[in-house]
Amino acid sequence: MNNKLEKNAVREMVAKNKQSRSVSAIFEKIMPKVLLVIAIISILTTIGIVFTLLSETIEFFKIIPFFEFFTGTVLKPLGDNAEFGVLPLLTGTIISSTIAMFVAIPIGLMTAIYLSEYASERVRRALKPILEILAGIPTIVYGFFAFTFVTPLLRAIIPSLEPTNILSPGIVMGIMIIPMVASLSEDAMSSVPYSMREGALALGATKLEVTWRVIVPAAMSGIIASFVLGISRAIGETMIVTIASGSNKNFTFDVTQSMQTMTAYIVEVTGGDAPAGSTLYYSLYAVAMTLFVFTLIMNLIAQYISRRFREEY
Amino acid sequence: MKHIDTKLVEKKMGSRLTTNTVAKNVFLAATLFGLLVLVILIYRVVADSIGWIDFEFLTNKLSTDPEKAGIMGAISGTLWLMVVVAPVTMILGVGTAIYLEEYAKKGRLQAFIQTNISNLAGVPSIVFGILGLTVFARALGLGNIVLAGGLTMSLLVLPVVVVASQEAIRAVPQFLREASYGMGATKWQTIKNVVLPAALPGILTGVILALSRAIGETAPLVVLGIPALLIPLPDGIFDKFTVMPMQIYYWTLDSALVAEYANLAAGTIVILLLVLFIMNSIAVLIRNKFQRRF
Repeated sequence: MNNKLEKNAVREMVAKNKQSRSVSAIFEKIMPKVLLVIAIISILTTIGIVFTLLSETIEFFKIIPFFEFFTGTVLKPLGDNAEFGVLPLLTGTIISSTIAMFVAIPIGLMTAIYLSEYASERVRRALKPILEILAGIPTIVYGFFAFTFVTPLLRAIIPSLEPTNILSPGIVMGIMIIPMVASLSEDAMSSVPYSMREGALALGATKLEVTWRVIVPAAMSGIIASFVLGISRAIGETMIVTIASGSNKNFTFDVTQSMQTMTAYIVEVTGGDAPAGSTLYYSLYAVAMTLFVFTLIMNLIAQYISRRFREEY
Repeated sequence: MKHIDTKLVEKKMGSRLTTNTVAKNVFLAATLFGLLVLVILIYRVVADSIGWIDFEFLTNKLSTDPEKAGIMGAISGTLWLMVVVAPVTMILGVGTAIYLEEYAKKGRLQAFIQTNISNLAGVPSIVFGILGLTVFARALGLGNIVLAGGLTMSLLVLPVVVVASQEAIRAVPQFLREASYGMGATKWQTIKNVVLPAALPGILTGVILALSRAIGETAPLVVLGIPALLIPLPDGIFDKFTVMPMQIYYWTLDSALVAEYANLAAGTIVILLLVLFIMNSIAVLIRNKFQRRF
């Protein structure tokens, strides 16, 4: 009797086990496929971006010739005789990014040098979180800061500065990029082996000489890559320039004036409800495509530099 | 034969040491510049918002009257946005990371997905906005509702979650997996019962950081055409919505017309920064407290 029960119980257990094994066998088979499909979504995203930008950009170039777009100095998207020259936007983007890098490169690099070579462990641990906080502040907050604080401050120094201008957002964008340049450069410098520092110090070099002639050259690939990534970040930055630089489409090099960047143009056009199919609507995609290609090239250059010129120790 | 001109060395030593000290202080000053900016920035927004943040500011709806305006709509919009972004990024990000780390063979496809993710991380957020506008809002006909914004944001922050999850999964030592296999567990059972629990703190840290990025992001939503109008509070993911950064954006732009809007923007910034600070603290806490070192 007891024996019989046990037999049944074992039989049940085996049956149950078989059943659950078949369930887990199904899982075993389908999970890799499910996960592959999920992983492919990231590729679909890229394809989606390239496809949407490309298809509408081609439509745009059917209306406005390629050459006219890239050499035109007049951007007048609204009105009867609309003109679509991208040069005002390109100069706006390049000038604001240049101003940003004039701020971010020296300060970021010096910060990296201080943290990697001079600071004691305690000071480092106190200062690094500040950089992380700065890096985590949303760009809209920097935009508010540029518009309500930096611009009035600069106008007190340079009276000819317009209420919206490219100088103030450029500087604030540079501040935003400092943490990125600093932490990437610091990583590159910290990975230079200690023996190289000791060798140079033993020859009687001061810390500055060690840093400037040994560490920085040895870490150069990582440092340059951080600059290039910073530029890419500046080109793609939107909210700071949209808020603080206004929407003046004049072709100018005067930093005290309002200039529109490619990103700010996209914001203006999408905010204005461009009817689908109009030239204005297609111009949005042409500008976005230009922006995408610019940042992609910058990112590829950064990857290439850090891979190709890395000094292995 | 003398190799070192001792006199020359002695003569130059003083100035070399001085240069070193000067340089050190310049580098320190550059480092403190970041701190200075942070202090000014926080001081400014706090000073501008004093007297404006109160219970009514948090619970009132949007209004053109600065005295009555509140950010309840923006807060609930942000919450609904997270209802979409959190599960979508979690599933997509962790799934991709598991595939890349556990299943994918080292080869072209794996390398391609990996390169693709690092390139996606460098695409400007506004381009994701255009993708969202074209695909989710227009092609799928969703318009500017929470779901469209959430899906756009999910794709934007996906690389953050993937990279963090990959690092967490990679840090799980091989012997844990081997022990699990040795007990007769299958691959998926091992991943589900051994690898993922061990990697969970790292994954959660990445997810929280990604969410905080999504909360602060503005540009893709501007492109999607999130309204500045006085819309009713969203009740679900198919409603129109606004979020805190959008509110900051419109109030900052309009502060030229109504000066008090700058105070409202500053108040919203304080709330936004507080939310982000709390989220990041939780992420750091999880990382320090629960991350086991093997």
